[in-house]
Amino acid sequence: MAATERVLGKAIKRREDPRFITGKGTYVDDVKLPGTTYAVFVRSPHAHARIQKIDTTAAAGHPGVVAVFTGADMTGVNSLPCGWLLPELKVPPHMPLASDAARCVGDPVAVVIGETQEAAQDAAEKVAVTWEVLPAVTATDQATAGGSPRIHEVAPANVAFKWQIGDAAAVDAAFQGATVVKKRIVNQRLVANAMEPRACLARFDEATGDLTLWVTSQNPHVHRLLMAAFVLGIPEHKVRVIAPDVGGAFGSKIFLYNEETICSWATRKIRRPVRWTSTRREAFQTDAHGRDHVTEAEMGFDAAGKIVGLRVKTIANLGAYLSTFAPAVPTYLYATLLNGVYEMPAIHAEVTGVFTNTTPVDAYRGAGRPEAAYLLERMIEAGASVLETDTAELRRKNFIPRFDNGYQTKVALNYDSGNYEAALDRLLAVMDYRKARADQEAARQQGRLVGIGFSTYIEACSIAPSKVVGSLGAQAGLYESGKVRVHPTGGVTVYTGSHSHGQGHETTFSQLVADELGIPMEQIEIVHGDTGAVPFGMGTYGSRSGSVGGTALLMSLRKIKEKGKKIAAHLLEASPDDLEYANGQFQVKGVPGKAVPFGQVALTAYVPHNYPEGLEPGLEETSFYDPSNFCFPFGAHACVVEVDRDTGHVKVLRYIAVDDVGNVMNPMIVDGMVHGGIAQGVGQALWEGAVYDGGQLVTGSMMDYAIPRSDMLPMYETDRTVTPTPVNPLGVKGAGETGTIASTPTVVNAVIDALAPLGIDHIETMPLSPERVWTAMQGAKR
Amino acid sequence: MKLPVKTTINGQAHSHEVEPRLLLVHYIRETVGLTGTHVGCDTSQCGACTILMNGQAVKACTLFAVQADGATITTIEGLATNGELHPIQQGFWEKHGLQCGFCTPGMILAAHQMLERYPNPSEEQIRHQLEGNLCRCTGYHNIVKAIQWAAEQMSAAKK
Repeated sequence: MAATERVLGKAIKRREDPRFITGKGTYVDDVKLPGTTYAVFVRSPHAHARIQKIDTTAAAGHPGVVAVFTGADMTGVNSLPCGWLLPELKVPPHMPLASDAARCVGDPVAVVIGETQEAAQDAAEKVAVTWEVLPAVTATDQATAGGSPRIHEVAPANVAFKWQIGDAAAVDAAFQGATVVKKRIVNQRLVANAMEPRACLARFDEATGDLTLWVTSQNPHVHRLLMAAFVLGIPEHKVRVIAPDVGGAFGSKIFLYNEETICSWATRKIRRPVRWTSTRREAFQTDAHGRDHVTEAEMGFDAAGKIVGLRVKTIANLGAYLSTFAPAVPTYLYATLLNGVYEMPAIHAEVTGVFTNTTPVDAYRGAGRPEAAYLLERMIEAGASVLETDTAELRRKNFIPRFDNGYQTKVALNYDSGNYEAALDRLLAVMDYRKARADQEAARQQGRLVGIGFSTYIEACSIAPSKVVGSLGAQAGLYESGKVRVHPTGGVTVYTGSHSHGQGHETTFSQLVADELGIPMEQIEIVHGDTGAVPFGMGTYGSRSGSVGGTALLMSLRKIKEKGKKIAAHLLEASPDDLEYANGQFQVKGVPGKAVPFGQVALTAYVPHNYPEGLEPGLEETSFYDPSNFCFPFGAHACVVEVDRDTGHVKVLRYIAVDDVGNVMNPMIVDGMVHGGIAQGVGQALWEGAVYDGGQLVTGSMMDYAIPRSDMLPMYETDRTVTPTPVNPLGVKGAGETGTIASTPTVVNAVIDALAPLGIDHIETMPLSPERVWTAMQGAKR
Repeated sequence: MKLPVKTTINGQAHSHEVEPRLLLVHYIRETVGLTGTHVGCDTSQCGACTILMNGQAVKACTLFAVQADGATITTIEGLATNGELHPIQQGFWEKHGLQCGFCTPGMILAAHQMLERYPNPSEEQIRHQLEGNLCRCTGYHNIVKAIQWAAEQMSAAKK
């Protein structure tokens, strides 16, 4: 038998694509049930207002209306929970339907359920809410100011938490005699804008008492646990949550939201299926937003250009309520990354989380890590400017030297493996740095504003060791499950707790199984996104599917092979220890002719006539993998931009990414994720930003919020270095967020470099829109 | 008050009585039951609902169903012929031009009209022509490649 070609690590075309390119995907809104009713929410038009009265009489009498509910009807229902509790965190109630006051625009106060979408929509306009409009605060740096309205009784001065990490005294000492660069850095608020708006369909089955919820979720088990057990008080085994094809998420579909909770409650009341599909306007108002930090940062350098310390004070806007994982994002996913890829003798960071009258803020692609990378990479460039040294060389000078198994940072994390200089070297070679600088100089001679920017980033993914996150406030474990079911005829069905909403798991996980078992991918089916089929799992975020979900799967595959070996040994009348698994068969070591193929072992397991004594029939294994550490991808990105002198318009001329995500399961898919991540990060740098004015979200549609379009972006040049992680047996780190983390500072640094001849060394707030860049140019010294 | 609508969608005749305010995209998805055409926004920015109506790529959210009376429509479900993928569909598969797949039907149909207008488009033309279709996953890089691939295949087939 010829050796099976390895499929893991190959750029194999995606198995899920045929259904998507023919319009046969099944997204939540595509699931149709007879008797379905339609929910439309009545939402607050005010940023902050007391509810004096809600009159639903006219709405309830509207033709085609099935029911109208307000918060007063939802007795016995609990607050939406916060899943990450910091010490002394203020946790205000977050009821599915607000009945005392609305605390942001879009806060739902009633739901109208109709026979048709139109009937519900018309009736919703007849719900009469008497509001007492209250003063509101939306700006991050104004939340705690005297005179700002208090948003929650439990949180005086709107402070949700004060938190710190590192050694303040060490930083004070380190800054003595050092050159200290100080900058105010605003990391603006973003809206995820997955192309598929959130949606849900809840069906109560009167015959069985079971509730089925189809929902746009990155983690259906988490949705089930939080919604059923914590909010609605329904036993988990009576609830099935299905997240079918999901059209992008980027963090925004991790969280338990009001709408699916209310539809799940309402279907039990009216005994009919209840559907809700978000409009884009609702998505802008209600999908958890991202980022929104205001930071004062100081970085100290010694005479030789070595970093001596970093001091960071950040205010993080959490919005009107605590979203599911909100407290973790600006603390453990942000400040613990402030060591970056640099040797930093001293770090201190303090973070104040504040409530405002805005949409809740939670994880958005990168979640905390982009904020850390942006801060560090801006500060090191600012340092280079003061020290009048080359930005790439200043980074190199400060890199942590190569290590293969552990580097303890000053802010809690222990990096797995890293070779930062190699990534930078590769980047400089790919871009031909010397030529790029020469070209820039030539352009400057012609009066053109051309800039080159870098970032050498690190991130923490493969989230996460349960014990560690538990000690830090997580209310859940962060393992993953993987079940492998071998069928009697040799086919394999895999059940994974990871969830694909664009990542291509049906392909990569099939590659993993095919590679490990030496069987064709066509014999393998991947099942995910259904709590009725999959063992408890934690889902997909934090670039964890390959490293955590994949490892769980690998563990089950290895158990399958162990058991299979016993069966094969019996058939071959050999000792299991004398067998090996190669090319899809169990064979006597080094004797491929004396072998039992995988399929025969599978059949024997289910037809155990000639079978080892004491061995259970069947061939099915489940594993739960809890990682021993995070994984730490890193890399070096660069871009070249040109700024239009007259308009402030920035054009990205070149973008080069060298990422190290450890081993790669499918390079085509990894490159694709890097591309998309870069686009989102460039979007933050140049165009995107959620803007509130007078309490209103003025960037509340795709007309007002600038999602990057095809003609705004360049082709990307991608390359890799490979430093496998020792944390998991696959050696994979995680690739879903690197592009977003790296690209924002890369582009901003390039723009600032372009503007350097004008004497500009910093622009406080992104996006670097033409207006903002133009304004900076007008105010420039030269 | 309901009004009659007669359409031919993917070669099949349909006749319904609909509310005048029903959008064409909801008619296609809910009344006819073809869910490959997606709704990604409410301001005609995203292009996820792009279909071919009388040969033109249009956003099905910008029309009422009654305005499509008498129209011949192709949705993503009707693009492959006898189970054989259209070269643009094939290109998206070959070049990894999709991730979550939600914008993909609209992208493919927008590309369809683009390649009729510009059989050998430059990268710049592709990017400009795709301006009306948003993708949040791919950063457009592989969508451009997919359309270039399809253009090459379609040109070669004509020779």
